[in-house]
Amino acid sequence: MENKAVIEISHLYKSFGTVDVLKDFNLNLFEGENLVLMGKSGSGKSVMIKCLVGLMEVDKGSIKVLGKDISKLKQNELDELRTDIGFLFQGSALYDSMTVRENLEFPLRRHSHNSEKKTEALVKEALDNVGLPDTIDLMPAELSGGMQRRIALSRALILKPKIIIYDEPTTGLDPITAKEIILLMMNIQKKYATSSLIITHDVDCARVISNRMILLLDGKDYAEGSFNDLAKSDDPKIKAFFK
Amino acid sequence: MGNKSLLLVSVTGFILGLVFTLQSRPTLMEFGAVSWMPSMISISIVREIGPVIIALICAGRIGSSIGAELGSMKVTEQIDAMEVSGTNPFKFLVVTRILAATCMLPILVIIGDFVALIGSAIIENTKGDVSFLLYFNQVFEALEFTDLLPATIKTFFFGFAIGLVGCFKGYNSKKGTAGVGKASNSAVVFTSMLLFVLDFIAVFITDIFYN
Repeated sequence: MENKAVIEISHLYKSFGTVDVLKDFNLNLFEGENLVLMGKSGSGKSVMIKCLVGLMEVDKGSIKVLGKDISKLKQNELDELRTDIGFLFQGSALYDSMTVRENLEFPLRRHSHNSEKKTEALVKEALDNVGLPDTIDLMPAELSGGMQRRIALSRALILKPKIIIYDEPTTGLDPITAKEIILLMMNIQKKYATSSLIITHDVDCARVISNRMILLLDGKDYAEGSFNDLAKSDDPKIKAFFK
Repeated sequence: MGNKSLLLVSVTGFILGLVFTLQSRPTLMEFGAVSWMPSMISISIVREIGPVIIALICAGRIGSSIGAELGSMKVTEQIDAMEVSGTNPFKFLVVTRILAATCMLPILVIIGDFVALIGSAIIENTKGDVSFLLYFNQVFEALEFTDLLPATIKTFFFGFAIGLVGCFKGYNSKKGTAGVGKASNSAVVFTSMLLFVLDFIAVFITDIFYN
């Protein structure tokens, strides 16, 4: 990839008490690519993305998103930057006291000054994108896990972000629904030309969607390359990921 | 938050008025002081029993609900989702709830006090042949501005405490769903204790100013 980097993480350190979770972790996400970050459970993937969006402070190192060092941003500047980042949470994180419509309207009402008509049109477009136009007035509790994940994806996309971060997008879903979500992610990437950082330990998901992969091991970016290159590696630590 | 507590507060106030009058009547009759009933009931309900009982009821109803709601939002990453979408969850979730609790509690206490007096008037009407008009005439004759003002001011602080503790416990809940229950429970327990402390401080300050 020769495109410019939209996320640059350099020499990132993060520990909790005496436990070092991230130790000299480095990552670059380039414009328009799908980068998969793979690692074992508890390897620090979720900590890394929480640091990336400013939900956690880093101990050492720098994180630049769209050229801006997030540790140097004021709260309002960070909030502004966050509108360029869509985030799909592992558990969907839909606001359970709001309907699907209100969930989707929430970011629109807080960050754009659209008319009611325009807001309604954007909500409908977002639901059409994920193939769930009939769920508009349902509550999240009335939806299946797969449907919740799709609605969460449409909410993440509604402000047309430049970067999307997927935290374990297929975890907890049956194989058919997981495939549907992967296809949806690919379609969205094509349609909106977003840059995607996908955190997963689902090898099938990584194989289908990744342009490039980084393996996170012992808090470090242990290996980097295409899916095929890494899958063919003789390193037993890398092989363990693809078994 | 306020309208959903209205029925509970009204029923509690009504029964409080009924029971308080029924329990006090025999003792006052013994001393031939039953005509003091409206004054005694109104002053004790408006000054002390109404605000404290209704605040405790609301601590259970509103404080636990805030604690559980924010706690569950925290463990299901809804608060993180809000923050990541560029919205300050503290302003959106915490400030609004504290403000609502602070504004609604005085209104609920006034309604609860009034319903308690209706309950008391019903007992006086049926047991002592006191008309509602006479009962409420005596009530308003006995009550003074110095009874109403400090009692109403302290209910703002009670409401603030209920909102603040509920939000704090919910917002800082940890350890999954077990943490949600713990947050809700400790919100009620801590608020209840805090209400008595605040009540003591309010009564102490009132005593300095008015006596």
